[in-house]
Amino acid sequence: MDSHNIMFIILAVIIACSSLACVLAKSIIRAATYLFFALLGTAGLYFLMGYTFLGSVQVMVYAGGVVVLYVFAILLTRGKKDRLSENTKTKIFTSALLSLVGLGIVLFAIFKQEFLASALDAPNENVLPIKEVGTSMLSTDVNGYLLPFEAVSVLLLACIVAALLIARKR
Amino acid sequence: MNSNIFDLTTWTTAIHDWLTEFIPEWSAILLESIVVALIIITLYAVFAIALIYMERKVCAFFQCRIGPNRVGKWGLLQVFGDVFKMLTKEIIRMRKSDRFLHDLAPYLVVTASMLTFACLPWNKGGQVLDFNVGVFFFIAVSGIGVVGILMAGLGSNSKYPMIGSMRAGAQLISYEISIGITMLTMVTLCGTMQISEIVQQQADQGWNIVRGHIPALIAFLIFLIAGNAECNRGPFDLPEGESELTAGYHTEYSGMHFGYYYLAEYLNLFICAAMASTIFLGGWAPLHIAGLDGFNEVMNYIPGVVWFVGKTFFILVLLLWERWTFPRLRIDHILSLEWKYLMPISLLNLLLMALVVTLGLGINV
Repeated sequence: MDSHNIMFIILAVIIACSSLACVLAKSIIRAATYLFFALLGTAGLYFLMGYTFLGSVQVMVYAGGVVVLYVFAILLTRGKKDRLSENTKTKIFTSALLSLVGLGIVLFAIFKQEFLASALDAPNENVLPIKEVGTSMLSTDVNGYLLPFEAVSVLLLACIVAALLIARKR
Repeated sequence: MNSNIFDLTTWTTAIHDWLTEFIPEWSAILLESIVVALIIITLYAVFAIALIYMERKVCAFFQCRIGPNRVGKWGLLQVFGDVFKMLTKEIIRMRKSDRFLHDLAPYLVVTASMLTFACLPWNKGGQVLDFNVGVFFFIAVSGIGVVGILMAGLGSNSKYPMIGSMRAGAQLISYEISIGITMLTMVTLCGTMQISEIVQQQADQGWNIVRGHIPALIAFLIFLIAGNAECNRGPFDLPEGESELTAGYHTEYSGMHFGYYYLAEYLNLFICAAMASTIFLGGWAPLHIAGLDGFNEVMNYIPGVVWFVGKTFFILVLLLWERWTFPRLRIDHILSLEWKYLMPISLLNLLLMALVVTLGLGINV
């Protein structure tokens, strides 16, 4: 039980509790707040492993970007008056089924890969140099990320064009 | 830097070695972390008080007034009086507000501000959070504050905070782009994102604003404009434009909850100026002029923290000058200034800087 494990347990409890609170919250804006904490906790896990770049991206894109986008969407729509709809039997059944399937997949992955033993070791603290991240992002090698990078840019471009089209439709 | 006295790592390692003689290493590290956190929080409060006094005096001089001069000599105790007044005030909660969000929001804003404050390099070896992605981390955590502001607007359940937080959100997200691109421009020049290394490089090879000449100067100007907008200050202060929205997103706050917003606003201004001095004016690096060896030697004897705080206050005066000179803009003007002028200019500037770096046109002192 070293300091890494203590930090891991603290972060894991934060993530688990805020995820639970996120799905159980009655008001949509509170759900967004709990989601924010779950995402920040995940960023904390990345920092714990020494992936500072990934952690910063997590904070910037998810905590700073996606949550702000959600809150904006809530502000622009009806916002606080939005409440959960009534639970019908089919809804409860399908969501229970889906969560069981998700749990099954995750448990299968954990036990199949035997992560449990290595999880107790201290995480890898070797900080990846930022230069390596940059070059592999723009390299065309086997392990290069140029193609996915460009694909994502095309997707973003399509999003911008679509947003303009919606905004300009008069 | 030849003198080791001014290198804080000498002191910190000495303290660490001394501590580990008495207690195990883990408790020494824990103790040091707590002490460093307390120092950071104390500095945070001290600089807030200094800045509030400075803002009042500078503002008064720009408007041909005298400013606070009754409490203490030159009104020096006025700010302390205000702080104690705020500490003793009751925290009022509105009946129909969302209590949880309403109470959480100021802490988020102040946490984001403190995290960015911890990134600053105070001296050689005097940085607290120093990742290899330092600049990127700085931009990322400053985004948490936006969430706090939006939550304040939603949680208050009142129209003025709602409008104020919408404006603040739109403005902060827009100007973050300019800030990010200008910082990226300087990262291109330095070739590193680690804040301590950026400053060390400037101490060895000359300040960035000299090394990068034209693109660095453009980036500096854009940073000053966007920095004022990022701190919600005039001429971009319409998220809290008091003549339209009473106080914007913190209308419904009282006591120390309001105090946290106040604190965060002033400290964000300080952080903005400090970051500008770090990436453009050399942080704690002393002023060196090529050829004047005697002069350079004298400058080396001024501690780095004095240089850092001095440069920061120089930029603070520039920011206050900007604030009290221009009238408030309209929201559409603010957004078009960012999206139609500042962002394209800073993108072109980034290209120019890349050209300067690849062609080796930078000035080497």
